[in-house]
Amino acid sequence: MTTPIAPRFTPGERVRVRRAFPPGHVRTPWYIRGCEGHVERLCGAFPNPEELAYNRDGLPAQPLYRVRFRQREVWPDYAGPGHDTIDVEIYQHWLEEVR
Amino acid sequence: MSHEHHAHGPGGAHEHLPDAEERLGYYQTMEIAVRELLIEKGIITPADVRMAVEAMDARTPAQGARVVARAWTDPAYKARLLADGSAACAELGIDMGPTRLVVVENTERVHNMIVCTLCSCYPRFLLGLPPDWYKSREYRSRAVREPRAVLAEFGTVLPDDVEVRVHDSTADMRYLVLPRRPAGTENMDEATLASLVGRDAMIGVALVETKPPGS
Amino acid sequence: MRSHHDMGGLPAGPVKRTEHDYALWEKRVDALMMLLSSPQRQLLKVDELRRNIEALGPQAYDAMGYYERWMHAICQTLIQRGVITIDELGRKMEEVAAARRGAP
Repeated sequence: MTTPIAPRFTPGERVRVRRAFPPGHVRTPWYIRGCEGHVERLCGAFPNPEELAYNRDGLPAQPLYRVRFRQREVWPDYAGPGHDTIDVEIYQHWLEEVR
Repeated sequence: MSHEHHAHGPGGAHEHLPDAEERLGYYQTMEIAVRELLIEKGIITPADVRMAVEAMDARTPAQGARVVARAWTDPAYKARLLADGSAACAELGIDMGPTRLVVVENTERVHNMIVCTLCSCYPRFLLGLPPDWYKSREYRSRAVREPRAVLAEFGTVLPDDVEVRVHDSTADMRYLVLPRRPAGTENMDEATLASLVGRDAMIGVALVETKPPGS
Repeated sequence: MRSHHDMGGLPAGPVKRTEHDYALWEKRVDALMMLLSSPQRQLLKVDELRRNIEALGPQAYDAMGYYERWMHAICQTLIQRGVITIDELGRKMEEVAAARRGAP
């Protein structure tokens, strides 16, 4: 049993999604890359889908978070009120600290 | 025998298929061929396929409606449902398979809505197979960027003081919206309440009304 | 490059609230996925299925139905894994199509 990667972020913490564009199968939507939000919860650790896609084991498991973003920060022209939000599940290797 | 098969390649009807009226398309042919090869190789049996289809047919939005009605009438159950969706569904005898269910509650202040922009992830063990529109380019593209406009197309118009919270189901969690219990249902029993809860309300594109959906 | 399936936020028309009762063949495609990905078989991972769907060109992705994309991807995965060969699949498909046409 491979030990899962330890979580680096805690609920409430502000994080940024990496602005990265690797080729291949990734589960981080294009529109959320580069956006800042806060960790809503840690969902657990799961095998990395970027590896599973090629029939590898995806281990060690990556911590998976639900990250909450303000819609107006995701879409500058967002038509709704400022409190509208969007939650996206993001694996830890796609997240970085916000200083 | 259909006349269409000349124009469409491997076509024509087949007497063993209940959907025999349909032209047998390329991918239908592929499905039969792959299934037969897997059976020949001893990887699956015809009974495996039949049972998987039967299990699929048994999963319907009524399962989700039962969960919602129980949460409305039993505060302790609701707390367990919000803490661990899959375990709380299993309590009601629902086989959730490998699903990690997150239940998000609609309140006076927050309205939740589910989409999967990358494919069409859906809590299929609980609600069955998703409707076509959930898998459409239109819904997948627009639900994240203009959720209120999409909601309005479903007849759901929310005041600005309600926070609309979209969930993009991108990874290992699946989502169920726990809709708000409508006013005027205080005296209804659990089964009657469940009859009010439609699939669309559990995806978060509709609200629950005091009459069953479609009535 | 942004992949065609990764469509969140792109412009699109009104949601057409269509639905249909799934045909038996569509449910069987779904059943194949469930059976092949089961813990006792482990012959397909959902992310392999997704990768093979994502590898479809934009034109094919949009032209194909949902379960047609799945069938394509299941088939590709089984070939990539060596569970079936292109040759035996091709021959079997010809056999199936011929049987449906009523050919000898």
